[in-house]
Amino acid sequence: MSERVLMKGNEALAEAAIRNGCRHFFGYPITPQTELAAYMSKRMPKIGGTYLQAESEIAAANMVLGAASAGVRAMTSSSSPGISLKTEAISYMCGSDLPCLIVNVQRGGPGLGGIQASQADYWQATKAPGHGDLHILVFAPCSVQEMVDLVGKAFALADQYRMPAMILADGMLGQMMEPVVLCEPGEVQMVEKPWAVTGHGGRRPHNIVNSLFLTPDELERTVKERFERYRKIEKTEALAENYMTDDADYVIVSYGACARIAKSAVLAAREKGVKVGLVRPLTLWPFPKQDLIKAAEHAKEFLCVEMSMGQMVDDVRLAISCSRPVSFFGHTGGIIPTPAEILAEIEKMAGGNA
Amino acid sequence: MEFKRLNIVYGHYGTGKTNFTLNCASALAKRGERVTVVDLDIVNPYFRSSDYHEELKRLGIRLIAPISANTTLESPALPADVYSAFSEESGTVFFDVGGDDAGAYALGRYSEQILKSESWQALFVVNKFRSLIALPGDAVSLMREIEAASHVPVTGIVNNSHVAEFTTPEDVLAGYAYAKEVGAFAGLPLAATAVPARFADSLQDKIENIMPVEVLVNLPWNAGK
Repeated sequence: MSERVLMKGNEALAEAAIRNGCRHFFGYPITPQTELAAYMSKRMPKIGGTYLQAESEIAAANMVLGAASAGVRAMTSSSSPGISLKTEAISYMCGSDLPCLIVNVQRGGPGLGGIQASQADYWQATKAPGHGDLHILVFAPCSVQEMVDLVGKAFALADQYRMPAMILADGMLGQMMEPVVLCEPGEVQMVEKPWAVTGHGGRRPHNIVNSLFLTPDELERTVKERFERYRKIEKTEALAENYMTDDADYVIVSYGACARIAKSAVLAAREKGVKVGLVRPLTLWPFPKQDLIKAAEHAKEFLCVEMSMGQMVDDVRLAISCSRPVSFFGHTGGIIPTPAEILAEIEKMAGGNA
Repeated sequence: MEFKRLNIVYGHYGTGKTNFTLNCASALAKRGERVTVVDLDIVNPYFRSSDYHEELKRLGIRLIAPISANTTLESPALPADVYSAFSEESGTVFFDVGGDDAGAYALGRYSEQILKSESWQALFVVNKFRSLIALPGDAVSLMREIEAASHVPVTGIVNNSHVAEFTTPEDVLAGYAYAKEVGAFAGLPLAATAVPARFADSLQDKIENIMPVEVLVNLPWNAGK
């Protein structure tokens, strides 16, 4: 283990990617993600890596497709409007079974929206990060340390399941400074990629990386095989933190930096004698349904807290088969919920019991 | 520590220069002195002096901030009243400058006024635990880039080495040795060491020029605590 250092979220994402074997970064500046690309531009040339500022987000994401085809750990990053531009390449990578890492340091939307922190790209990340029948792995860190840890996990699972992975951060996480312990580069395990287009040298049949299937049978067979993989991932890879949920009458569901604010509110409510807990998804796809089903065994009501208009609410309802009421509290685009506001919502939910 | 009438505070992003600046300003304001803070960080719209507008107002500190502050407008423009900072009526002035050469360009247009002032200093805040400047040589090269952009040379180093809530006296002492090295490398004195107020007294006999600091730059989940 190395010693504790102080890093800005965006820098930590970049350094963690490098330490996890990423040597190919393709990017384009956009607030509040720019420090990530700037860090890569300084570090990559010093370690024999590639930093390339593309002419657009679309180009950058397609360069990731090219690099990933050659079997290397490749990465791109952006913020909300830029991610919309990358969705074409994300779909092609899903269709070609290519692993890569995409970082979204979310800002307010829709459109150009605003440059302050937001979580309004939940639907995009978990439902339609591109066209077609597809999923990508979506990780939701809540601290700079967790961003560092999840970058390693995202690369590893992307390689293992041959699919893109996304770190869904937000402007607050990208911009804030926190102490972190980084992994040593030697600790990283790389998998063999016999499918990569690295030059067959006449020694093996040539590999093809492609998302076009000219017969419908072949396309359907490929998509169905891919969905068997997705089902396996949903069974084995969902992650959540369950905080004080064992005896909770009311359960908050919140992810990312917003969940840390919710946690402060949970503690404040407990001090007032209200039994509140928090389920914090670390993976948004796959969604941690089992944790919610377990929480629903004794919880009377659920409250989603997000920096969006409540994009996660339906996933919570589906996870617990609408067996409990699920309400919502949040703000959008740059207005960060306060612990006091969330506490007030909890008290409203608990009615006369608070 | 010693303050001049004009105090320029430079430092890499995340060294804690905004927190250091706010502590210096509030220490003087609490003594009843007239204080002005100029937020020149027009590069980065997150976590900067102008986010603490209300707190500064409460302490009677005047804030001169970019006109885009507290909006989401990405407009790198500076207000005309920055020039009022050079008038005696502004009292002791702190300039919180953006964290790299791009941020320091904004100071360049005021360099002439600063250099002809009779009482000024430019402090370079360092933190041993910021990985990008963990080597003294890297800190000095960043300092040189900042000076080249701002045309106002650094006159002293400030040791603000910390690892947020995990900071121990040993961390501060390790940072002290590091900051001395940065100073020796750059040929500059160590002007001050910022020490968390909770253990500042315990280091009085080991470190000179201690500036006790509180965490004034707060995160949303600590709001109201």
